[in-house]
Amino acid sequence: MSKSQLRSIVTDIIKSIAPDEDLSSLDPEKPLRAQIDLDSMDFLDIVMELRVRYNIDVPEADYPQLNSLASTVNYLMPRMQGV
Amino acid sequence: MGIRGLKNIRDEYDVIVIGAGLGGLTCANMLARRGNTVLLLEHHTLLGGLAAYFRRKKHIFDVALHGFPVGMKKTCRKYWNRDISDRIVPLTGIRFDNPQFQLETDYTKESFIKILIEKFGVPQEAVAEFFEHTRRMNFYDGDNSTTRELFQKFFPGREDVWRLLMEPITYANGSTLDDPAISYGIVFSNFMDKGVYTFRGGTDLLMKMMEEELLKSGVDIRTKVLVEKITMENGRVTGVMANGEHIRTRAVVSNANLKRTVLEMLDEEAVPADFRKQTEKLRVNNSSCQVYIGISENEKIDFIGDLLFTSTAEKFSENLMLDKNVTSRTFSVYYPSIRPEHNRYAIVSSSNARYEDWSGLTEQQYRADKEHLAEDTLDHLEKYVPGIRKKIDHLEVATPLTFKYYTRHIGGASFGTKFEGLEISNRLPERIPGLFFTGSVGIIMSGWLGAANYGVIVSNNVERFLKNSNG
Ligand SMILES: Cc1cc2nc3c(=O)[nH]c(=O)nc-3n(C[C@H](O)[C@H](O)[C@H](O)COP(=O)(O)OP(=O)(O)OC[C@H]3O[C@@H](n4cnc5c(N)ncnc54)[C@H](O)[C@@H]3O)c2cc1C
Repeated sequence: MSKSQLRSIVTDIIKSIAPDEDLSSLDPEKPLRAQIDLDSMDFLDIVMELRVRYNIDVPEADYPQLNSLASTVNYLMPRMQGV
Repeated sequence: MGIRGLKNIRDEYDVIVIGAGLGGLTCANMLARRGNTVLLLEHHTLLGGLAAYFRRKKHIFDVALHGFPVGMKKTCRKYWNRDISDRIVPLTGIRFDNPQFQLETDYTKESFIKILIEKFGVPQEAVAEFFEHTRRMNFYDGDNSTTRELFQKFFPGREDVWRLLMEPITYANGSTLDDPAISYGIVFSNFMDKGVYTFRGGTDLLMKMMEEELLKSGVDIRTKVLVEKITMENGRVTGVMANGEHIRTRAVVSNANLKRTVLEMLDEEAVPADFRKQTEKLRVNNSSCQVYIGISENEKIDFIGDLLFTSTAEKFSENLMLDKNVTSRTFSVYYPSIRPEHNRYAIVSSSNARYEDWSGLTEQQYRADKEHLAEDTLDHLEKYVPGIRKKIDHLEVATPLTFKYYTRHIGGASFGTKFEGLEISNRLPERIPGLFFTGSVGIIMSGWLGAANYGVIVSNNVERFLKNSNG
């Protein structure tokens, strides 16, 4: 899976959790929470959706790695193999 | 609500949830939505736990619907449904009346800032810094200071300001000036920020709608079922004993009091000694007293505000707030707009209370003390609703014993356990594999919103456990 495919997977999930946010101008390097209104529960929703949709388990210790779009993609890349 | 008793239950469930408070309900709903088989067991006949209501004559009284933060709207939309979320509406008139100040607010950050600067004369920078500081406070910062130190730093010597900032929080979750600044900051930023909200239709409608959603998600709901024990084999949870029957499950989520769950529902030898010790030391929050006042059918009351924080105490004092000689009361006024088809007024007076002050009395003394509280409450209410005694046709008192009877919480605890409970709750699944706790704990995860959100957080942990233990 390519980085851009993975990025659109992640933005799809965010879109489903925060339907009112405009995601088209997200800067992938900047923290998500500095750009859109995501609280810690929204964040948990992202984690839960990753498990439900792609069977990916993100332990709490790894949550900081989901800070920005780019870091999320990097984190998920090796874990998405075979999905 | 639900089916009474255990007729026709399955042999085994993925998850059994003990207790139908907002934490248990939300956790059960999320787990069932994700395809797990879920059995929800509640000892009472109604769902909701402390989010309770009851009918008397033609009145419906709400027990814990004074108000909650706006976040409840989003939480209900995401983890329940849009119809529930759409019924969450703001309250408009919140009043404070005590010897130090009288004021009215819509409970928004803007309103509090204005009041602090204009009415209390606090320098703008100090106010801005306080709001910024509390907003940034993070559970993982490891800040050990107390709320008193926080206030002392930003508003030195200004006990009137402390009172404005603390009294509503003490009512909402039983916390004190000696509790960690971090838990205060998190609750304050959530609570005194975007107004206070209520549920149009009342607690009875909310519970009806939640029950419908639970059934849609596939939760097996059983009321009048008391869970006596959580059973274990080979170091992991295997089921529960309830109404004398053993029911097998792969995981248990307890929404019953955390302390009782660990110390009473598990066999002593199942709990590692150090964990048991730690749990024994866990402090529970205070309980409450309430006076329910029903207004007669043909009477009405003018709008005097939705929520009145009143006190006759000279200064804020958490001990006085707990005292049986009540000086501080929150009056919640329910106008017909909350249940438009019902068209009745009701007033509920709440105060914090100690279980010890009400237990161990003779039957006669207990009754006399309740009556005194009711009469004293009417005397105080007279100031806000002149001629109140002539307007009412129902008067009833709940004490810490009442809360204990209905929820089975230790000491009738109104707001779960103190701060240290969070760590115990978080570590519980490590120490007792297969057992999870959700519900009011650690001050932060408290109130309707905190309990519901914690239900979601714990549902995620349970799912991880179930997936991983599938091998
Ligand atoms: C007087 C009062 C006013 C309040 N006002 C507000 C307010 O205005 N806004 C707000 O946000 N919060 C308010 N709260 C707090 C809020 O109601 C609680 O924090 C929240 O409802 C607690 O939810 P919970 O998930 O912890 O479960 P609880 O409500 O404590 O429910 C636990 C459930 O478990 C059941 N149970 C226990 N043991 C067993 C067993 N062995 N077997 C089966 N079932 C069992 C109990 O019967 C109960 O139904 C108030 C609380 C009180 C007491």
